[in-house]
Amino acid sequence: MNSYNKIFEKELLIKSKTDNLAVIRDFIKSAADQSGFSEDTVGKIILAVDEACTNIIKHAYKSSPEGNIIIKIKFNDPKFSISITDEGSHFDPNKVPEPNLREYYKEKRVGGLGVFLIKKLMDEVNYSTLSGNKNQVILVKYLPN
Amino acid sequence: MAEFNVNLRGVGSVSVIDVKGYLDAHTAPELENIFNKLLDERQFKVVVNFNELKYISSAGLGVFMAYVETMRENKGDIKFSNMKENVYNIFDLLGFPILYEFYKEEKEAVHKFGDQG
Repeated sequence: MNSYNKIFEKELLIKSKTDNLAVIRDFIKSAADQSGFSEDTVGKIILAVDEACTNIIKHAYKSSPEGNIIIKIKFNDPKFSISITDEGSHFDPNKVPEPNLREYYKEKRVGGLGVFLIKKLMDEVNYSTLSGNKNQVILVKYLPN
Repeated sequence: MAEFNVNLRGVGSVSVIDVKGYLDAHTAPELENIFNKLLDERQFKVVVNFNELKYISSAGLGVFMAYVETMRENKGDIKFSNMKENVYNIFDLLGFPILYEFYKEEKEAVHKFGDQG
């Protein structure tokens, strides 16, 4: 029998480089596995965090590799919550329209899919601005009974 | 580091791109390079074989969106084959099956270009 942790917290501080996306995915995978999510759901959580961090690297930090990304995971069965904080430009997800794929590829607009995917993949998504010009997004997934 | 490999080969008049490993914002430029090469060589009939692809994010999906129109305007296309279920599910979430052809086997996808003459 696998035994899963019911409550834990983990934190990763990482620079805003795309080659760190693999490190971020490994960090999320290990925590989501420990919480007892199915392989399929672990995959969804990993992708959502990858998309959020990709947006931070490309948009908040405009691909500068010196920015900080702080990822905090809190699991309190059944709530698995990931907060991702950056100190880059403010990003307003409400200004990202729902993608219409046909229009998208006609206009060669390839950004914006990430925000849409995150919403589809997670149970709750909350963007906020913190003091000190920090941006935070909190992604939540609930462990099914 | 994300492991990603991309390989290009010709099957008749069709270009087959094998993608392997993890396709994300870090590795997507390698795939873009291959598509740019195909455009330089005016090769517009493309099959992407996903047999060994383990992971894709929207940065990878964006590459196909960026090039498909040019391929179609030149009587070609980008068709997909051999995709694992977890990877297909991401394409499906974003509505790709309406706009792209997916095949179980590479051979079917390649033949489809033949049918179109």
